[in-house]
Amino acid sequence: MKLGKEFTKGIIAENPLFVQVLGTCPSLAVTTSVNNALGMGVAFTAVLVCSNLVISLLRKAVPSDIRIPSYIVVIASFVTMIEMIMNAFAPALYASLGIFIPLIVVNCVILGRAEAFAGKNPALPSIADGLGMGVGYTLAIVAIASIREVLGAGTFLGISILGSAYQPALIMILPAGSFITMGFLFAGMNIYNRRKAMKKEVM
Amino acid sequence: MELFALIFGSIFISNIVLAQFLGICPFLGLSKDIKSAVGMGLSVMFVMIMSSSICWLVYTFLLVRFGLEYLKTIAFILTIAALVQLLEMFLKKNVPALYKAMGVYLPLITTNCAILGVALLNIQEDYNLIFTIANAFANSAGFTLALILMAGIRERLDDADLPDAMKGLPIVFFVASSMALAFVGFTGMI
Repeated sequence: MKLGKEFTKGIIAENPLFVQVLGTCPSLAVTTSVNNALGMGVAFTAVLVCSNLVISLLRKAVPSDIRIPSYIVVIASFVTMIEMIMNAFAPALYASLGIFIPLIVVNCVILGRAEAFAGKNPALPSIADGLGMGVGYTLAIVAIASIREVLGAGTFLGISILGSAYQPALIMILPAGSFITMGFLFAGMNIYNRRKAMKKEVM
Repeated sequence: MELFALIFGSIFISNIVLAQFLGICPFLGLSKDIKSAVGMGLSVMFVMIMSSSICWLVYTFLLVRFGLEYLKTIAFILTIAALVQLLEMFLKKNVPALYKAMGVYLPLITTNCAILGVALLNIQEDYNLIFTIANAFANSAGFTLALILMAGIRERLDDADLPDAMKGLPIVFFVASSMALAFVGFTGMI
């Protein structure tokens, strides 16, 4: 019961990207296509679940003065493993994500979860928390990538859906397009939160 | 000439924030006023030039020599974390004036993906030491430029009459997208 709650909180209520505004760099850079975003999301989730597990198992052994450097070493080891696995089994995806795979190390979501959750909780809830946050983050970047790919290339996962008559809006694939998409999504979040607050007042 | 093309390209054409999406967190968080933008920008320049050259030395003389290239992500992040910590202690003791100006920004720099990103890119592009230093200088100058431009615009945005939904982060993203488009205009100059 409690595990389920740890899992679901990361998806909407505490979504790492839209609510906590963490990990914005990859969400802008790898969202040119849904395929890239999915790959990034899977790699990210794998690192987060593994690092959460190991950090929560080590939480009693690591003195609190040196916890941050030790978290970083744990995270960097898993990132290196994922990097090698992707290089071996998905070379095309590895090439298109490029520098952003090693940069998962400095993604503030992972260090943030280690510090805020895994360092204080037992293994099972930490796995649930990591999985929830990972799925939440993946959904968020896939949402951004869907908007950009559909508008900017007229395709979804490489399959044409808007027909050949559609003139792709190239700007959505350019760097500027990612900032515009994020701007609209955050504006939408603002409106949603405001409506919710107003409803509460009325009640 | 090649060096000049590299520096110009890194500052304007492939700007680290607006085209490569590294260091977005401080770009969003520390661009509220010009004073803190300048402080953060200069600290990043200082740390990025030092960390890029030290990471290059570590890679060339330690990792390659012992065949440990695959450990570069771990080695670099530890080097950067240690360097920032040392720098903080050194400045606090010996150059208090500089510490006062940079102190608050230094801890933030460890997790700034621009620092690690540039250190890794230098290796990926096979730069020698001189090119590494030039690239680090140019990228951090590009970061500082984007940060200060954004801070200048945001200071004026404070007085603007915005729709409620646009207040806060959304408008910053829209301003950033116009800046990114403007920087696209530099493409083709080299």
